Amino acid sequence: SMAAEGEKKPVLEMVQADGADDGCVTFVMHEEDHTLGNSLRYMIMKNPEVDFCGYTITHPSETKINFRIQTRGNIPATEAFRQGLTDLSEACQHVLNTFQARVNEFKETQGQPTE
Amino acid sequence: MAAAMKNVEEIRSRVILGEFGVKNAHTTDFPGNYPGYDDTWNLGKFQKNFRINVVQLKENSMEFDMVGVDPAIANAFRRILLAEVPTMAIEKVFIYNNTSIVQDEVLAHRLGLIPIRADPRLFEYRNSAAEEGSEIDTIQLQLKVKCSRNPRASKDSSDPRELYLHHMVYSRDLKWMPIGNQADVFADAFIGPVHDDILIAQLRPGQELDIVMHCVKGIGEKVAKVVNSRLDTCSREVLRHDDLKNLVKLGRIRDHFIFTVESTGILPPDVLVAEAIQVLMSKCQRFLSELDSSDMD
Repeated sequence: SMAAEGEKKPVLEMVQADGADDGCVTFVMHEEDHTLGNSLRYMIMKNPEVDFCGYTITHPSETKINFRIQTRGNIPATEAFRQGLTDLSEACQHVLNTFQARVNEFKETQGQPTE
Repeated sequence: MAAAMKNVEEIRSRVILGEFGVKNAHTTDFPGNYPGYDDTWNLGKFQKNFRINVVQLKENSMEFDMVGVDPAIANAFRRILLAEVPTMAIEKVFIYNNTSIVQDEVLAHRLGLIPIRADPRLFEYRNSAAEEGSEIDTIQLQLKVKCSRNPRASKDSSDPRELYLHHMVYSRDLKWMPIGNQADVFADAFIGPVHDDILIAQLRPGQELDIVMHCVKGIGEKVAKVVNSRLDTCSREVLRHDDLKNLVKLGRIRDHFIFTVESTGILPPDVLVAEAIQVLMSKCQRFLSELDSSDMD
């Protein structure tokens, strides 16, 4: 388990079957749901080294998801996981930059927002 | 072959509205699915295709198009806007006196639903273990009202508005009590309820309310409403006419989204959208830093 023991709430745990290679890992992501689960799954599926990626919400009253990655064997699942998070974050940064540029342009051409 | 290629292109880019259901609802442009297509994630390609067009921007609502992004990501922004953009909301209610007919717990619940105007970006999350709030994480509000008879009311009047004073308690009666240096820091911020005409309780002579409230930063309250519609009601009426249904094909572009955002008034809608995008980024960052810290162990 990757989570710090003791008082700190776990953020991320990695679960693997005994004897499984490091290409197959279930990441337990705490305090997450479809919001990150589905968008991150899309990003990781875009990686040609990934064979399978999917997630489940364990139970409606538990605030965590089981996020499963199986790679084709050339890279460890952790690397695909890390790459997906990085790609998603970069995409968001571009969405944010574009959004702010368009909003500023709109405000300049329309004047300040009115009632 | 050309027909087959055209069909593939349609499966990839369109959601087809059929008479009895929706075809190609799922995203399929993943590597390995289509020979001849490079579907590997490519930031440069994404940046080239992605565009946003602002259609309307008002004080409390905006409309914009977001094109060139997968539904999974657009939906993440929508979900965050609805449920995860932080706000300041009444969290603790200290009732020193309540002789109205509204029960304490009902009154506390009603107060908790009132949108509070305060920029959540200027406050920290309050430690749940902390008993006392401080100037960096808490806004203190007071509600102190006592109802009395109106000595100037005419004798035969039966109208409560004339007979009593302070018998209607509105959100405008919530008074901000600055903590520490807040009076200077937020001098121009007009901290208080967004709407001043929300009825909280009705009183009769002798009844009074004496309440102190703590507003803290949280993600519980709804800050915005997002709907995807602009004259596009997705009507399939044409498919009910036998003479027409085989002549038309209804499709929707998979990666084109129309966002309509309505704010509750605490933050302008463009700020809410920007905040939502940053929330998704910080979710990614949270797990990236967790990976980094575990590597060092």
